Amino acid sequence: MRAFSYERVSNPAQAAARAAEVPGAKFIAGGTNLLDLMKHEIETPLHLVDVTGTGLNAITETSNGGLRVGALVSNSALAADHRIRRDYAVLSRALVSGASGQLRNKATTGGNLLQRTRCPYFYDTGMPCNKRSPGAGCAALGKGASSRGLGVIGTSEACIATHPSDMAVALRVLDAEVETVTSSGETRRKPLDAFYQLPGDTPEVENTLEAGEMITAVELPAPVEGHHAYFKVRDRASYAFALVSVALIQTPEGKGRVALGGVAPKPWRRDDADAALPQGASAVMSQLLDGARPTQDNAYKLTLAERTLAALLAQE
Amino acid sequence: MDFNQSAEDNLFDRARIVGKPHARIDGTLKVMGRAPYAYERNDVAADQLVGYPLCATIAKGRITHMDASSARAAPGVVSVVTTLEIEPLDRSENNVARLFGGDLIEHYHQAIAVVVADTLEQARSAAALIDVSYQQEQGVFDLEAAWEKLDNTGEPLSDVGDVDAAFQTADFTLDEIYRTASQSHAMMEPHASIVDWSDGGKMTVWTSNQMIEMNKQALATSFNIDPDTIRVESPYVGGGFGGKLWLRADAVLAALGSRASGRPVKLALPRPLVFNNATHRSGTLQRLRIAADAQGKITAFDHAAVSHTLPGGSGENPVNQTRTFYAGASRRVAHQLIDMNLPESADMRAPGEASGLAVLEIAMDEMAQKLGMDPVEFRILNDTQVDPEDPSKPFSERHYVECLRQGAAAFGWEARNRTPGENREGEWLIGHGMAGAYRGAPTLDSGARVRLQGGRLIVETDMTDIGTGSYTILAQTAAETMGMAMEDVEIRLGNSAYPTSSGSGGQFGATSSTAGVYAACLALQEQIAKHLDVETPRFENSRVLAGDTDLALSEVANGEEFVAEDTIHFGDFKDDMQIGTFGAHFIEVGVHAYTGETRVRRMLAVCDAGRILNPITARSQVLGGMTMGVGAALSEGLTVDLERGFFVNHDLASYEVAVHADIPEQEVIFLDTTDAASSPLKSKGVGELGICGVAAAIANAIYNATGVRVREYPITLDRMIDQLSNAAP
Ligand SMILES: Cc1cc2nc3c(=O)[nH]c(=O)nc-3n(C[C@H](O)[C@H](O)[C@H](O)COP(=O)(O)OP(=O)(O)OC[C@H]3O[C@@H](n4cnc5c(N)ncnc54)[C@H](O)[C@@H]3O)c2cc1C
Ligand code: SF4
Repeated sequence: MRAFSYERVSNPAQAAARAAEVPGAKFIAGGTNLLDLMKHEIETPLHLVDVTGTGLNAITETSNGGLRVGALVSNSALAADHRIRRDYAVLSRALVSGASGQLRNKATTGGNLLQRTRCPYFYDTGMPCNKRSPGAGCAALGKGASSRGLGVIGTSEACIATHPSDMAVALRVLDAEVETVTSSGETRRKPLDAFYQLPGDTPEVENTLEAGEMITAVELPAPVEGHHAYFKVRDRASYAFALVSVALIQTPEGKGRVALGGVAPKPWRRDDADAALPQGASAVMSQLLDGARPTQDNAYKLTLAERTLAALLAQE
Repeated sequence: MDFNQSAEDNLFDRARIVGKPHARIDGTLKVMGRAPYAYERNDVAADQLVGYPLCATIAKGRITHMDASSARAAPGVVSVVTTLEIEPLDRSENNVARLFGGDLIEHYHQAIAVVVADTLEQARSAAALIDVSYQQEQGVFDLEAAWEKLDNTGEPLSDVGDVDAAFQTADFTLDEIYRTASQSHAMMEPHASIVDWSDGGKMTVWTSNQMIEMNKQALATSFNIDPDTIRVESPYVGGGFGGKLWLRADAVLAALGSRASGRPVKLALPRPLVFNNATHRSGTLQRLRIAADAQGKITAFDHAAVSHTLPGGSGENPVNQTRTFYAGASRRVAHQLIDMNLPESADMRAPGEASGLAVLEIAMDEMAQKLGMDPVEFRILNDTQVDPEDPSKPFSERHYVECLRQGAAAFGWEARNRTPGENREGEWLIGHGMAGAYRGAPTLDSGARVRLQGGRLIVETDMTDIGTGSYTILAQTAAETMGMAMEDVEIRLGNSAYPTSSGSGGQFGATSSTAGVYAACLALQEQIAKHLDVETPRFENSRVLAGDTDLALSEVANGEEFVAEDTIHFGDFKDDMQIGTFGAHFIEVGVHAYTGETRVRRMLAVCDAGRILNPITARSQVLGGMTMGVGAALSEGLTVDLERGFFVNHDLASYEVAVHADIPEQEVIFLDTTDAASSPLKSKGVGELGICGVAAAIANAIYNATGVRVREYPITLDRMIDQLSNAAP
């Protein structure tokens, strides 16, 4: 861990301004991901702007019938909120499948969206990694590398890492939007899908945030009718990241939406795949995973994704 | 005391305390956080500094250049020692890779520098400032590439009867290849030490180690100093599983840091180093052939295996149990060690046995299936009461058949579904599997000293308690022998100032060290008898009784202290027999019909391990073994980067041990047996028996659930998803 300075701020615009102004600044919220990364010197901020005092802790109803979730609402509080459990069950289910009770108490909505990949080579500073050190090369694409947990689609020649969040997969299927404040105090809003960027040649860039720009809220549109399900597949029963996860919202007529976690650098969803839902899991996956480029180690994810969706569809 | 023949009827056959359930006497300290572990011993030496290691990021080669100037200049840094400044340290006989010194890199994350600073944060950030250049060399990292060697396994470890003829004439044969993964001990407490070698003279080491005397000798060898100048303390150990048998880099770096800084230094291995700097269990590739006649009698075993090691190591020999577990006139076993440039492989809980039985006991299941026999009955039919390689050698005690029968009855084995894949509950395919367990019961000479101070007895031995319950069973033994109450006995462990014990490992600890304490107590009794000038006194209710003498123990010494010391020496009469522990595991799993996720639903172990010294601590040992077996079966496997040569999943997020949610109802039944050939207490070990066979029982249950036979561990879903039938019911 490098030496760093630290300050607390009391409102979002101030946070954004400070983060843009101080060289090497980063926000810290729950710290459950950032502090680990700092200890390994994977992240080396020179200054931390603690945003936990910015008051963004509320879940409020919006004029169009949705909910606005403050960036500092903890994963536990969000999962337990009665409106979320009633109207956005997929989100509640995704949240409680993640991490552990203790971590969810600390983890925030904004921090969860920005958590970094769990690619094991990203975590080992002895290994080349384009995401950590742009241009260094990608150890996970090496000849003898282990890529069992890594991505199969949306990846690039430079990086095949996945985004590890469960929450984000549910937010994607709910068409959530990310609200931010820029360093000049301007409020911006982006659909989650546009907020995340694919690695291409610049895997170090993971989203559209500008310098200093802070997430203030996640906005959920009016509830989506249908049965909400989240199925997270993992090697042990708890406290593990998803090999594959499926978020599904399905109406009694069989229509609905599907998003995948554990397969791509961001939650993975496609309109044509949603449209194929009435035709079943295989039809959905032939759209959703079209163009997949798995490694030998992780090709099983294609089969697994289809079978996992099939399991959910069979539950209806 | 010499133990040169089987024990006769003795006090332990009428025990008041030994063999009875007794909660851990160190339990209160532990749950209150008052049992300090090595890294927490802030009070033992003033002015402690903190050390942090820097490790190599190549697997093989040489360091061409190191520049630590920025690290030395960093805030809070007191000293930096780099490997280039130190002559290669001598290796003790139990270390394969060098722990420090010189430019040679033998494995990934080998320690190459230690930074000592006022705080952990300062030491860690300074370590990252050290600049290192390497000249990298090509290494060998692929066990699969050792395939050819399986065909030519060199000298077999044993070759009895006529194996080839037996296979030619057999009615049923099996010939399959199996793989077990490399595994990490992944104990909760990482390797950690505080070392005070401030003046380069006397060295004091507060550490976390299973074998105190061995550790002391290894330190003496490493630094070429007189062992008598070294004191080692390790009273509490937060798990070892074999990973703390040896001297490791934590103590070596702390010692070097202490000498350089002139102050005591504490150092814990950061978690990734537990995987790549310390030792692990080697993966194996095994070919197992079994021949049987039409009635199901086994006629031959042919078991060949490879495992990996750094040159000079011992690897993981998985073929030994095949030599003696089952009957059969002919057998050939061979183990080939492949020199590879991965980190050092060494002992981990049930070394060899765990990997061997993980395979043998799948093969037994496959064979039973070929024969159309119940796997329990097939094992019973092939039981043996003598060493099949040398029938003149009997087993001292072997109640394997009772384990199998009792287990089958208690588990409800008869009621299971016998057709694979046909028992379904909703999305879950339910399966049942069983396996046998067999692990030797070695004993090592073990010493202790006892002090009678008033009415209290103090026991001192360098035996360790690695979470196993040594404190408690030694107190039970001493109280029993001296006719005292448990409360009047104090146990002091893990200190090189005390007599040398067996230490903890190889499931020899409990049996050896209790016998050592018994021997010391008898020596004390003799002293007391001489002092009181009485013949054959009895020790009961904290009193000495002999003829007209009836004296409270507290009054015997008249304010003085009586001190007695002895060591139990186990005689070679044991070589004329096989002394082992036996068990049977019965397991129910659910396999998700769509995803292939396996979740264990029910576990039962039945153990035959001689006298159970304390059913509470023994049960904990077996439960722990079973839990580790679940990890071995389903999720624990070190993944090798075949080009860069290291274990990629080097943290507890990616090396997945079982968590609470993975562990279902577990039941343990101990057979009421004793083994007079083992020790005066007639006990044997259970700590390693508990893991033996568990993985195979799970593999067999998965087969029963799905009809898919996976012969490679861990049995993760990707290894079977393509073979799982269409999931829809
Ligand atoms: C052992 C372990 C297991 C886990 N398992 C899972 C799992 O199974 N599933 C899962 O989904 N997650 C899992 N996680 C990840 C966990 O969900 C994240 O660590 C957590 O959500 C991050 O939130 P935080 O508030 O602690 O973020 P921090 O660590 O504080 O910050 C993370 C990042 O977000 C940035 N940031 C924080 N808030 C803002 C803001 N308002 N605006 C802009 N940037 C911001 C920070 O600068 C930093 O880059 C696990 C974590 C651990 C440690
Ligand atoms: S996959 Fe991405 S994160 Fe992993 S090593 Fe390659 S560049 Fe780094």
